Amino acid sequence: MGAYNKISKFAISMVVAVSGFATVASTAAIGAEKKSREEWKKEYVRPSEIPFPKENPYTAAKADLGRTLFFDPRLSGANYISCGTCHNPSFAWGDGLAKGIGHAMTRLGRRTPTILNLAWGEYLMWDGRFETLEQQALGPMAAAVEMNQNMKAIVAELQSIPEYRTLFNVSFPGKGITVDNIAKAIATFERTVVRGVAPFDRWIAGDEHAISTSAKRGFDLFNNKANCVACHSGWNFTDSSFHDIGMPDKDIGRGKVVPGVVVMQHAFKVPTLRNAVERAPYMHDGSLKNLYSVVEHYDNGFVTRPSKSEEIYKLNLTAPEKTDLVEFMKTLSSKDAPVALPRLPAYDQTVAGSLNVSPAAGPSTGSSAMRA
Amino acid sequence: MKSKILASAVATLFVVAVAAPASAEIVITQKAKKFDKKKISIKKGEAVKFVNSDSISHNTHSRSSGGKFDLGVSKPGTAVSKVFDKSGKFKVRCTIHPKMKLTVKVN
Ligand code: HEC
Ligand code: HEC
Ligand SMILES: [Cu+2]
Repeated sequence: MGAYNKISKFAISMVVAVSGFATVASTAAIGAEKKSREEWKKEYVRPSEIPFPKENPYTAAKADLGRTLFFDPRLSGANYISCGTCHNPSFAWGDGLAKGIGHAMTRLGRRTPTILNLAWGEYLMWDGRFETLEQQALGPMAAAVEMNQNMKAIVAELQSIPEYRTLFNVSFPGKGITVDNIAKAIATFERTVVRGVAPFDRWIAGDEHAISTSAKRGFDLFNNKANCVACHSGWNFTDSSFHDIGMPDKDIGRGKVVPGVVVMQHAFKVPTLRNAVERAPYMHDGSLKNLYSVVEHYDNGFVTRPSKSEEIYKLNLTAPEKTDLVEFMKTLSSKDAPVALPRLPAYDQTVAGSLNVSPAAGPSTGSSAMRA
Repeated sequence: MKSKILASAVATLFVVAVAAPASAEIVITQKAKKFDKKKISIKKGEAVKFVNSDSISHNTHSRSSGGKFDLGVSKPGTAVSKVFDKSGKFKVRCTIHPKMKLTVKVN
């Protein structure tokens, strides 16, 4: 008791009535919350630590193993696509394509999202169909259109590579190579994927010269007139929520996962805007070519339907205001040292064997694991 | 717009007032895209009222096994109620804003 409100029904009705009145005021104030620039800046301070779940705590060995697996194309059925093929660190962990391309050049239905800053995320995928990174990691491996891997074969295949046996035993003492541990290692690595300090962060930390005056005006627009902050809030520029922002394509996104909720039709996950400038084209369908087109979309380019978010409305931005918003988003990119690719564990050199390299392996052919 | 919201507030006041022999009810407020509590513990058969005090809509649902429910979308200034008639631990979330999390322990 005392951990929650327990009040009489009459008191509740007062609360409802009062909040009804409060709504009138705040509806009128959407996009015009009167906070000073200095106050807004306080909401964008970078965290100093990465959160890891109790069920899969951080160890350096596990993160390293995860990085090796992430970049190892042998995780795919035909041994030529790694997670890093699509989530390419040189494109800020995307692939620079409008829609991803998987096994046997299959065109995927949606654009490859970044894996940046997912340690702070909630539901995964554009439609939120996975709840944890551990759950998610196994999806693309098994998917015929992505990596087309047979999940039993992958354990045997890694088992046949001596160094992987050692690496798994170090990270998972007494347990070794299992499908779950592959997922845990990859998820641990993914949580470490965070980019460095950007000009914007230096400005937040007090360096007035870190960004241009146009970018500063863009920041004010972002938090006020343009109302981007309604969804892209906080240092990671997302509140991990799902909305229909009026993209005109037929994909119903989260509507398929939660069919009963109108506002989830055509809803997609709010992506981080960190390093976004390196990840064109934009949106789940890759249909918007650059950040200026994105701003035009929000200004007046969205389609209106029953599921459209109430936070998406005509903005009446001027051309200079649109430029300011783009200039602002450009300051969210850090110039980090290139990501080092791992040296991949070598095949066993002690037993004779031959590789199965059938010439016409279509999407339905199974794994080409080593034959001992 | 303005008068509609006022009218619904008045209607709510009226309906609830009629139903009022002052029995206890538990209130959780949805404000700034958060539930105002992270955890509550209640008795079997008690109802929790979710009051949306934000200027945006929220959803209230649970996918916990043995206690799945979905109260749909509540508009700003409205409220929905749920009677918890099974004991157990239920994770309540908003499908629009998955950062909104509340654990209801029913004894
Ligand atoms: C063929 C390209 C491709 C490959 C290979 C691939 N992905 Fe993806 N990934 C995608 C696409 C496309 C999506 C979005 C799909 C959707 O939302 O429906 C995605 C989504 C994700 C997400 C969710 C991101 C978010 O913000 O919710 C994560 C995490 C992820 N992939 C990790 C991986 C890992 C780990 C691997 C390797 C085991 C991998 N991916 C392999 C294309 C790929
Ligand atoms: C109602 C919530 C909401 C508001 C308000 C909002 N966004 Fe978005 N934003 C989203 C969602 C959801 C997506 C992904 C939509 C999709 O792919 O269909 C997105 C995508 C983007 C992308 C593309 C990122 C990528 O990797 O594809 C950019 C850039 C962006 N928003 C910038 C902005 C700017 C600038 C504003 C203000 C003018 C803004 N957003 C306002 C929800 C919102
Ligand atoms: Cu919500």
